[in-house]
Parts: sequence; structure tokens; C-alpha cells
Amino acid sequence: MSEQKANRFGFAINRSRAINYDTSDRKVREYVTMREPSFRLCFACGGCTATCTAGQHASFNLRRMNTYIRRGEIDSLREEVARCMLCGKCLLVCPRGVNTRNVVATTAEALRKLDRNEL
Amino acid sequence: MNSDIFVWPFNLGLYFILIYSVVRSTIWFRNLSRADKLRLQRGFFGMPFMQSIREIFMESLLHRRIFKKNPVLGYMHMSLAFGWFLLIVFGTIEADFFGERHLNPPSHAIFFRWFNPEHGASGLAAIYGHWMDFLLIFILSGLLLAVVKRFIPGMMGMKKTTRHTWSDRIALISLWLIFPSRLLAESFTCGAHGNGGFLTGNLGAALASFLPAADIAPYFWWLYSLSLGTFFFLLPVTRYFHIPVELLLIFMRNSGITTADRWSAYTEVQTHACSSCGICISVCQMSRAAGINDMQSVYFVKGLRNERDIAAITANCLMCGRCDEVCPVGIELGPLRLIERRQGEREVTKLKFFDRYGLMRRREHIEREPTQSYSYLTPEEEKPADVLFFAGCMTHLTPSVIAAMKKIMDSAGVRYRFMDEQGGVCCGRPLMLAGRDREARELINHNSDIIWKSGAKTLVTSCPICYKVFRESYYLEAEVMHHSEFINLLIEEGSLRPGYLHRRVVYHDPCDLGRGSGIYDEPRAVISYVAELQPVPEERSMSLCCGGSLGNLTLSSGKRSLIAADAARILTQSDPDEVITSCPLCKKTFAKATETRVSDIAELVAAALPKPVRKTRGRASLAAVKTVADG
Repeated sequence: MSEQKANRFGFAINRSRAINYDTSDRKVREYVTMREPSFRLCFACGGCTATCTAGQHASFNLRRMNTYIRRGEIDSLREEVARCMLCGKCLLVCPRGVNTRNVVATTAEALRKLDRNEL
Repeated sequence: MNSDIFVWPFNLGLYFILIYSVVRSTIWFRNLSRADKLRLQRGFFGMPFMQSIREIFMESLLHRRIFKKNPVLGYMHMSLAFGWFLLIVFGTIEADFFGERHLNPPSHAIFFRWFNPEHGASGLAAIYGHWMDFLLIFILSGLLLAVVKRFIPGMMGMKKTTRHTWSDRIALISLWLIFPSRLLAESFTCGAHGNGGFLTGNLGAALASFLPAADIAPYFWWLYSLSLGTFFFLLPVTRYFHIPVELLLIFMRNSGITTADRWSAYTEVQTHACSSCGICISVCQMSRAAGINDMQSVYFVKGLRNERDIAAITANCLMCGRCDEVCPVGIELGPLRLIERRQGEREVTKLKFFDRYGLMRRREHIEREPTQSYSYLTPEEEKPADVLFFAGCMTHLTPSVIAAMKKIMDSAGVRYRFMDEQGGVCCGRPLMLAGRDREARELINHNSDIIWKSGAKTLVTSCPICYKVFRESYYLEAEVMHHSEFINLLIEEGSLRPGYLHRRVVYHDPCDLGRGSGIYDEPRAVISYVAELQPVPEERSMSLCCGGSLGNLTLSSGKRSLIAADAARILTQSDPDEVITSCPLCKKTFAKATETRVSDIAELVAAALPKPVRKTRGRASLAAVKTVADG
């Protein structure tokens, strides 16, 4: 029985989703926090996601992106960050004054540097 | 005959800079595109030539634009440039006319007094001597102002002066030394021979009364020659290189060469034509309101010229365009910054000495992969419309503006379709401002597709950011209108009849609508129709940025609110009832920064519309008619 089918009955063992904060890739997080310190202010209210222009057309979620950055889930992050249109609506709704556009831009930059082994 | 050894520093410097300028200009000319080369050639042998000569006289010598900004500052620049020019011209005439032979080498004119110490005792020569003294004192007065400006910039309407590199400082000192040393050298020579004009003669006589003038004079002639020579030698690596390059720039610009969207010989000429005068620092709101003094256009251009790492400077700019407006050289600072943003990161490798100071520079950039991808967007189905209304992302954050626009268009009987009612796709300008043009193209294509399919004749948008990109980067058949233009049109053709509101209002020009697209009069016409419009201190082409600009990627929200508060304070100086703007982003930003009510122009007009006749009253009157008829 495939894993998917087994899952339907709730008895298969799910693939491990444990995030080990000690061994996770912190490079992107450090790069973004250093370049855009306001990133730390985010308290994940989700206002940005609610207003997002790109989010109306695709599954783009700045709050989720934030989690990926913190966890060091680079592959998921890469997919997520590419969808942003940088329109800046999130900037205006953010109650904490996080410079959200720059968080996205810096993350994209960090990922590019990561590919070139410059991070 | 007259060739003392002390003229050599001057001679070498002069010949060096002449040869260097010619070689450099030739290389720039060679690097121009074919079309631009033709333009420049045609410009050189046609009407643009006269225009250029006029501009060189008005701007490079008289400094008219700086005069307009501040008369004292203008006088300072004029006396140094125009005064020096006159001194050279009349010095050459003097040497030619009174010298023993014609067509002398330049050094003969510059050191005329040394070679002809007995000259100018009487007659026409003496009167000419007074005139030369007058020119010298004209320059010296400007020099005095320049020295004062360095220490008290506020005196000339400057908030700050530019921080200079070491080479600039040495060149500055040698420039400052040139004229006082000439004054002293001439005075001592005149003092020793008992002649000279009203300045050098009297000063010379006074000095000669207690000093051995004839022995001291050569030292000052040496100093004069050395400071000139140093100045000329340092010219290519300092800001003073703008003196020859600005002439080239004026010729190029008048020939019709434009800043395209990439680096070219023309953009390089622009960066070298910057005189680092620092006028862009004083007008920059990030400097005057938020205390950021190291990222203004002067430092951007300087970093560009000296191949420094300017990534942080490039990103940290509101792109409001105020510096473009005041730049006395007319450098297109905004477009240059956008080109640099588009180029992306610079190569990390260090430049070799030759690359940095050589004549040929290659600007290497890492080939940029697109970071964003919008393949998830699905094409929309065809929905025909005459008038398309595109609110834009920011307008969706100010629903009152959308409601007002709906009310206005309904009242005027416009048959329109609300293009992004369900939340559309971004216009692409924010991406372009972040230097991601290729990605922006995807969004532009998506939106263009919808607009073309609708067959609309008019596209109305409520957001100046979208308006600018629709006009400049979209290829559309539909006429693009900002809602202030559209409302003005509706009022003019009589389909919209708003009443008059007894409110005193001020109008804030959004950057992308005013300076960016040149729309100043339409919004004012609309506002004057419905309310009392008051003037504000800095408006039209010098209007302030609200601070919310999407042009700046890195500015923190704290600094943004400082800029917004400063701009709002200036706007509300006359204590108006309402601040009117025509940009949803400005409205949102100002709303947080001031106690005064901030509204969009559409909201103002909507409020002035007569209330529609209520249906209940209509029914009652009908009933009344009925009863009368029955009775």
C-alpha cells in the first residue's frame, strides 16, 4: 500500500517533519536579520498575508515565508519568495513597522548568494 | 626670451590636461552607439550647436540655475567660473596687444606681469591694469564666499556641504591658492617697480614699504605656477574634471542623446560632469527630515565614478526626483540610480590599478537571474468595456477612494468596468523600482493582455505609481488617465456637476504624478472647482515626498514617519481644513502624520456631488399628484 493510501486510514508512519534548530541552515536567517533588522519585530499577525496582492492568485504567504527563514527550510523558501510582486501593500498594513519589501528582496538576494557559495 | 623655469609646473599641467581631455573625449565618442554618434555629429554642425554655446555661457559660466536657487551661492560660482574665464580672455588679449609679439604661448599671458614688469605705468595700459585688477578682485570675492561656505554652509542656503575625498581636498586647496598667490605675486612685482592697478599697485606699494618686494616676488610666482600645475594634474581624478566634461555633456544633451536604460558612454559623461556642489544634499528630504546624510545623489555619483561599493547608497533613495529638479548640471540622477539598481550586484573582485585609473573602464556585473516568477497567473477571459478603471494595489487599501470614484463615475454616467475589483495584479512599477525589470515585464504582459482584450478606449487609474508605468512601459491603444485628469475631463465636458464646498484646502503633488508625469494643472483645476485651494510653500516641481515612497527599499518605518511628519508640517502651515492628494499611498502616509484631515481628490469631488433625489420623496410627490388628480 502506498504511503498516501495508508495515510487515508491514519495508520501509516508520516515522514519525519522534525526541525532541528541546532543543525538547521541559519545562513539566510542571519543574512536577512543583519541586512533588515526590522525582520525581528514580526509577531506573525498575518496582516501582510491578508492584504497580499500575489496571495490572491497563488499560495504566497509572507508569514509562512518568515517561518521558513527561521527554520532554514531553503527549498520551500525558494519557491515561496519567487511569487512576491513587491507591491508594498504589506508594508502599509504591518502594525510592527517591518520593512517587508526589503525582507523579501534581501531573502532573494541571500538565496542567490547561497547558490554561489558566497554566504 | 621670456621663459623662466618657474613656468614649467604650469606648462606641464596645462598640456597634460589638454591632451588628457582630448583623449578621454575621443574614447567616450568611440564608445557611443552608432545612432548617438550620428546625433552628436549632426548636433555639432547645426542649430543645437548655437543652443549649446548659449547653454555653456548661461550655465557653465554664469551659473543661472544656481542663481535661481540662491543669489549668494550663484554669485560665488559665477565669480569663480566667469571671473576666471574673463581673466584668461583679457589676460590673453593683454599679452597679445601689449606684448612684444602676437600669438604667445599661454604661460606668457598667465605670467604677463612677471615678464613685463615695467608694463602699465601710464596711458591705456594703466587703465587696462585697473580692469585686470577688477577681475581679480571679482574672483577673490567669490573665493572668500567659497571659504566661508565651507565652514558656514547655512549662509548660502545649503544645509550641508559635500564630504570630499583626499584628492578633491588637495585640488580644492590648490584652487584656493591660485588667486591669492597671483594677487601677492603681482603685488610684489608691481611694488618693486612702482606701477600696477588699484589693487595690485596699492597693495604692492604697501608691501614694498617694509619688505624687499623684488626678492619675495619670485616665491609667489612659483607658488602661483605650482598651484595651477597641481590643480591641472589632479583634475582627472577629482570633481573639478566636471569643468571640461560639462561642456561635452551640454553638447551631447543638446544633440538629442538620452539616458537609455543601461550604462553607456553618455551615462559615464554624466557621472564625470557632476561638480559635487552638494545642492542635492540640501533638497533631499532624507537629509533634512531624517538626518541621513551619506546617500544623496552626489555620493552616489561619486561612488559610481570611483568604483566604490555603493549598493547601500543605490537602494536607499526615495526616488522622489527633487534632486533631478535642482541639479545645476542637469544630470539625470533618478534614471542613473535605476540603471544601477537594474544592474544588480557588482563583481566582488577588486579592480586593478589600471582599471580604476585607466582611461578605459569596464563595469562588470554579475549576470542577473530573475528572482521572481509569476507563471501562476492565469490569463483572464475577455470582458469588453469602453472605460476601464484600474484602482491599483494601494487604492485597495483606501476603500473610500474606490467608493468615491464609483460614485463620481456613476453620477457622470460613465459606462466603465472595474478591472481589478476582485484584486488585480500589480502594475509592475514597484518591481522596476527595485531593479527587477525582467520580472516586471511578466506582470506588464499580464495586465496588457487584459486591457487589450477589453478593447477599452480609456484606462483610468487612481494610483500615480500605476499611472506612470502604464504611460511609460506599457504598449497600449487605450488612453491612460489618472483619475484627477479624468474627473477634470468629466467636469469640463459637463457630465459631472459637483457643487462648491466651503473648505480651505491645500494640494499635495504626488511624486510620480507631478515630477514623474508632469500632471500639475488638472488636479488643481478640479480642486479649484469644488473648494478654495491655498498655495503651499513647496509645490509643483519642488513638492515634497510623503516619505511612503516605494522607491526606497531599505528605509526604516521610523525614518519614513519623520519624513512624513516634516512634509505634513510644511503642508499644513496655513492651517487648512483638509489636505488633498491624488495618491492612495500619500494619503495613507499623511493620515498617520498629521491631525488635519487627509483626503483624495476623488473623495473631495464625491463629497461635492449633489445628493441624488431620494426615491421616497419621489414616491410621496407621486402620491400627492395622484391624490390631487383623484380629488
